[in-house]
This record gives sequence, structure tokens and C-alpha cells, in this order.
Amino acid sequence: MRHLSIAAAVGAAILAVAPAVAQTPKKGGIMKFAVVAEPPTIDCHAVSTFAFAHPARAHYSTLLKFKGNWDNLKVVGDLATSWEQSPDGLTYTFKLRDGVKFHDGAPLTSEDVKASYKRIVRPPPGVVSVRRALHADIKQIETPDPLTVVFKLGQPNASMMTHFASPWNCIYRAAKLKEDPKFPEKTILGTGAFEFVEYKKGESWTAKRFDGYFLKDRPYLDGYQAFFVRSTAVAPGIIGGQFDAEFRGRSPAERDQIMNAAKDRMVVVEGPWVTNLMFTFNTERKPFDDVRVRQALTMAVDRWGGAPNLAKISALKYVSGMFRPGYEYGLPESELVKLPGFWKDIEKSRAEARRLLAEAGVSNLKLKFVNRNVPEPYRPGGIFLIDQWRRIGVEAEHSELETKLFFDAMKEGNFDVLMEFISDFADDPSAQFDKFLTPEKSSQSASRHKDKLLDELFDKQARAVDPVERKKLVNQFEIHGLTQAYSAPLLWWQRIVVHHKKIKGWELHPSHFTAHDYVDVWLDE
Amino acid sequence: MLGFLLRRILLVIPTLIGVAVAVFFLIRIVPGDVVVVKLRADGAQVTQDAIDAERKRLGLDKPLAVQFTDYMLGLAVGDLGKSLWTGESVAKEIAIRFPVSFQVAIMATLIAVLIGVPLGILSGLHRESWIDNTVRVLAVSGLAIPGFWLGMLIILMLLAVFNWLPKIGYVSIFEDPVANLTALIWPALSVGYRYAAVVARMMRSALLEVMREDYVRTARAKGVFERLVVRRHAVRNALLPVVTVVGLEFAFLIGGLVVTEQVFNLNGIGKLFVDATTRGDFTLIQGLVLLIATIFVIVNLVVDILYAYLDPRIRLQ
Repeated sequence: MRHLSIAAAVGAAILAVAPAVAQTPKKGGIMKFAVVAEPPTIDCHAVSTFAFAHPARAHYSTLLKFKGNWDNLKVVGDLATSWEQSPDGLTYTFKLRDGVKFHDGAPLTSEDVKASYKRIVRPPPGVVSVRRALHADIKQIETPDPLTVVFKLGQPNASMMTHFASPWNCIYRAAKLKEDPKFPEKTILGTGAFEFVEYKKGESWTAKRFDGYFLKDRPYLDGYQAFFVRSTAVAPGIIGGQFDAEFRGRSPAERDQIMNAAKDRMVVVEGPWVTNLMFTFNTERKPFDDVRVRQALTMAVDRWGGAPNLAKISALKYVSGMFRPGYEYGLPESELVKLPGFWKDIEKSRAEARRLLAEAGVSNLKLKFVNRNVPEPYRPGGIFLIDQWRRIGVEAEHSELETKLFFDAMKEGNFDVLMEFISDFADDPSAQFDKFLTPEKSSQSASRHKDKLLDELFDKQARAVDPVERKKLVNQFEIHGLTQAYSAPLLWWQRIVVHHKKIKGWELHPSHFTAHDYVDVWLDE
Repeated sequence: MLGFLLRRILLVIPTLIGVAVAVFFLIRIVPGDVVVVKLRADGAQVTQDAIDAERKRLGLDKPLAVQFTDYMLGLAVGDLGKSLWTGESVAKEIAIRFPVSFQVAIMATLIAVLIGVPLGILSGLHRESWIDNTVRVLAVSGLAIPGFWLGMLIILMLLAVFNWLPKIGYVSIFEDPVANLTALIWPALSVGYRYAAVVARMMRSALLEVMREDYVRTARAKGVFERLVVRRHAVRNALLPVVTVVGLEFAFLIGGLVVTEQVFNLNGIGKLFVDATTRGDFTLIQGLVLLIATIFVIVNLVVDILYAYLDPRIRLQ
């Protein structure tokens, strides 16, 4: 007995000091996961929804892509092996991998990249390119040889590298586009790690490994199957074994429900999301044209105190300004806490809010607050806001609208305060600032303000190729925007993904639009 | 009889035209833009000119009169148009989902008729007995319990007891009967229970009324066996209102199982209807409303034919 005890102790000591051994990926298996919406089209250039990204993105490649987990994310090459940006920011040169094939066996060349980007920048009649304006700075695309593509811009664009890593810039086959520019609306043909097998509308999407993929030992999976289900069916479906994951994100309650029923076979990964809720004031309606009233309403909200509690019941978790916490261009907390709405002392903040309302001559304010009728997290966010405003004597009528009615109310200005959101595929100032601009500058601007300084700062940072200079301008924009409070960020979301333990190699990105090429995913079974 | 049928069939055409016109204009009263929802609902940066281009591509920039003319001309040649959301033909979108809803409706109807009719008869024949009381309790609970809630209980029971749920995805019964029935029996049961309750109650009430009729008393006085009195005289006449109820319920089930389809993850017409309405997909909504209207019209016709079969007086009229 004494010998056994010593042996056990020695064994434990060895285990404690031994380095963790990385698992060797296993080949084979079909990954099954749920997607809670269906793609409206199968043309990558015409969508901006995870409903396409999750089942279909793996059929395609892009020039660059994001790699790593949310806390160490970086841009790496996908089709590109190397790239160069000219010092003036007007020329981007990419060297492409040799030996890349489309799923029909045709080799990929720079002409395919050129044709795909041309389709994005100057779509032929009848072709939808939803990100045309974002790529408008691309004036010319040259292909000096089959493995080199050169983009020439009309003016510098500080977000260009982010756009080249966009999951929506799928590379199509030039020959097919020449025959029929609408080819991608009908047929999936890419160079991704998985070939398309079948799409059963309303039910499922099936893919199989592409044996001719340009990374010789990838992918590991034999294939995958995505099931289109309602959000409420995800937790029972995972517990009941219908599928093994849902990659967009679940609420804390669903996470707990799944883990309570199946913790022996499930694992949770969590991190910040490039998605937030924010409330926007209609500055064409009094008294929201008065900065004091807007500041008062944002200063009434106890973000620091509310966040930990909201995080228990909803996706709302992080206090941050115009960017996801941790993003290098965002204001550090030490600066953020000086701005209206972000003071740590909520009582002092609310006292100041009441003073501002009195100074503005506003008492017994009643406002119409328009929200989306989406339970998670819009409803808890809305209820929280109404409660916080009540603490400074402001009453709100909570109007929850269907998505299309919500967008109609936004367009018609039929609100006093509107619950908006930011969600994009990457942290990028030009993307995140879009809703803070004037209506002349951005069609997504709901507040209808006329503050040209924000437009000017936006333009300057969008063209600033020097990261240090850009950061300065971005910080100025954020400080001015949060001070004027045309729109005020409420909280940033937490992304909670629950998946089967056997799924390895999947990365939790801060965006639910990326990490869906499944190249490195394998099943430990 | 033939003349009656022809007249009824001809009446279908103006009925459906009226429905088509009404639904075209009623949908467009509801505010909302399908293109904005399609391109902006996920929060991505989409500019106004992309939205305008998509509206133009879908023909939504045309005057209403032009859209209406295109729609009616399309209907005249059997073209229901294309979904504004997916670009697929409306007929194809419906055809993909129709088999699921149709089969669940058939199965639920079979459950309702095979359980509801015999129980209703038993209950009617043994009025105020323990049989009658038991059937009435079951029937009332069937009417009180929402079908979707029963469906959720079934799901929870399958998970709790068997740690299992049926596979997602519709497989035709001719392809794989086991997989098909394993998946669809549960929604059919959850809907069929309430349906059976309705049928049982209707059967009981109708039978009690018929048993009091003079011709039943006469048949008994003539010495006809009770079993024959019930089967040949009473039940046959009591079935008339039951046939109407079964017909109407069946027609409703085709497009009305919205929540049940969500609970069981079925890719049916109800789910398609909800999605189309949420998105503001006018053309798809129009096609679905016409489908439901057509089904109701056909079911009413079948019910009328069954009436004529069951009641010779109607045939002679």
C-alpha cells in the first residue's frame, strides 16, 4: 500500500511538470452543426449574413483571412502567400499560391482574382454587389503574371487590408463569370477546402472534403452538414444529438441548459463579439437636438454596474466605447471613464444628468423608444435602458417592432430613441463609425445629426495610412462622438459557443462571420 | 350530380381571382422593405445605392399598377412569380415544403378519425356511463391543451427518457418509411390529439341527436338489430357534420401548423409562411395565400361530394 502511494505521488509529480502534449489531428468524420437562418442567395458577393458564412464559406477562398482566437487574431494569407503595400498606400501587390485548383479541376490564376474583384467593384447589370462602395477606391487591377495581382487605388484606404481579408470577397472562376456573370447565384464553385454536395432548402447543406485542396494535408474532416433550424431548437437539438454545435452564439441560459444536460460531452468557448447595442437619438425631434438632453440620457445608464448582471441573462457583457474592448484603436479605459455615460460613479453621473435636464429646461420627459422584437439581447437591453432612465425621472414607451417595421421606423424617423446595433466581420474604424456619421455621408445614419466634424474626422482616418496618425484621428472621433452622444453605445456582446468536445481546431473569432472555412477543424472520435 | 360538380368547379375561378387581388393589395399596406431586411438585418455596412440596385433588380421600383398587371398576367399562365428573398420560383419554394405539411395533415387526420370517430360513437351510445365520462374528459383535455405545448412536452419526454430526438430532414415515406414515420409521428400525434378531441365531441353530439330521430325509433320498432340501427342509420347520418369538421381542420392544418413546425423543426408550409411574412416577401406570401385558398376550395368540394354520397337526399336534389 505504501509503495502504491509513493508511486501515485511520483506519477502526479511527473504529470504536473510534464509539458502539455498537443493532440495530433485525426482525419475523417462529418461535422454536424446548426445554423439559425438560411442564406437568401448563394452568391458570396451579394450577402452579408452568417446564414451564408456558416454553411457555404468553406467552399471558397479569399486573398487573405483572419486566423487565431479572439485574443490573438491576425490577418494571414489564404490564396496569397505574400503581399506588399506601397508606402503611399495606393498599390497592393499579392503573390498567389501555385497549384491552387477550383473544384472542377481548373487552376486558379491571377485572372480569377481580378475577375472576382472587378465583379465586386463594378458589378455587371443585374449582379448584386453589396460592398461595391467599400471597394470604390480600387481603380485598376493588374495581373503581370498568373501568380501576381496588383491593385491600384485612386486614393489611400486605411481599411483596405481588412477588406482583402473579408469573408465576403470570395474568389470565383473568371471563365465562368465571363460566360455568365450571374453564375455564382446558381452554382457553388470555389477553391475552398470543401466541395458543395447538396442544399435542401429549409433543411440542410451538405459538403464533402475537396481532395485537391491546396494545403496537402487538409482538410481533416470528410465533410460537414449544416441544419437550418429555429434558434429555440438549438439547445434541444444539441442535447438530443441532432447536431454537435451552433457557431453563431447562444445565450447564457441556453449555455447552462446544454451544459446541465450534457456537460460530459460539450464544451463552452466564450469571448467578446464585434457586435454591440447602442441607442440613437432622433435629433430632428425636440428635445433630442439638445446635447445636454442626450448626455443626460446616456449618463443615467449604469453600464459598469449593469454589465455583470446583464451578462448572466443575455449576450450583453462588456463596457466599451465605439469599439470592442481590447481593440487596439479603441480608447483605453482610463480615457473612456472621463466621457459622458462612462463615469464609474453612477450617483454622481445621475446627479449630473438631472442637472443637465434642468438646465435644458426639460422636466417629466416622456419618450418613444423603438426596439427590435428580438428576445435576445434586445429585450433585456431595452428593459434595462428604460429602468435606468426612470431613475432620473424619464419615462419611456417601449415599442418593440418586427425587423422590417423596425427598419421602416428608422428610415421614416418615427422614433425618439432607437435601439441600434453594430455588427461586422472585423474590428475596423471605418466600419464601426458608419452609423455615427451624418445622413449625407452614410445611409445608415439614423440620428439625422448635422455634425460635419465627425464626417471630416472619418474621412481623414479612412485615408490615414500611418497607423499612429490613424489612431490619433480615430480617438478624436470617438471622444467627440461619445461626447455629443448622437448615438451612445450601450454594451458590447459576449459570444458564447457551445460545441461537442470532439470538435477540435475551431477558432472563436470576435466575429461570427469569420472562422468558417473549417480547414483546421477535426473530430476527436 | 355532374352538373353540380361542374358548377362548383367553375365557381373556383372567380373565388381564387378575388383572393389573388385582395392579397396583392392587402400585403402592400403593411410597411417595411424586404430589401432592407435582406441586406441590412445582420448589421453589415450596405450603402443606399446597393439597396436601390436590389430594389430595381427585383422590380420593386415599378409603379404598383405595373406590378399588379405583371402579377395577374403571370397567374393567368400559372406563374406565381419569384421569391423576393431567394429569387427562386414561388412554386418551387412551396413544392419543397408541401410534402411535409401534407403528410403531417394526413397523419393527424387519420389519427383524429381512427380515434375520434369510434370514441365519439362509444361515448354517444353509452351516455352518462363511465365510458362516456372518460371520453369526455379526454376530449376536453384535448381541446384545452395547445398542440404546440403538447409537442414541446413530447420533445422533452424524448430527451429526458431516451436522450434522443428524430433526425432533422424530410425523407419521403416511399424512400425510407422508418425514418419518415419516426420523424413525423410526433408532430402528427401532438396535432392529432386535439383534432381527435374535436372529432369525438362532434361525433358524440351528432349521434345523440340522430338517435332521437323518428326513423331510428321506427327501425327499432321494426325489430332491426341494434348494431344495424346504429351502423346503417344513426352513424351514417351523424357523420355529416363530422365530415365538415374533418374537412375544415384538414385544410387548416396544411398552412396552420406554424408553431408545431417550429417545435419539431419541420420544413413545412407554416414555417415558410412565417419566414415570408417576417421578411416581407410579397410574392411568396401571395403564392402561399393562393395555395391555402385553393386547398380550402378543393376540400369544400370533396366534403360536398362526400355529403352527397352519405345522404342520398342531397344527391337527388
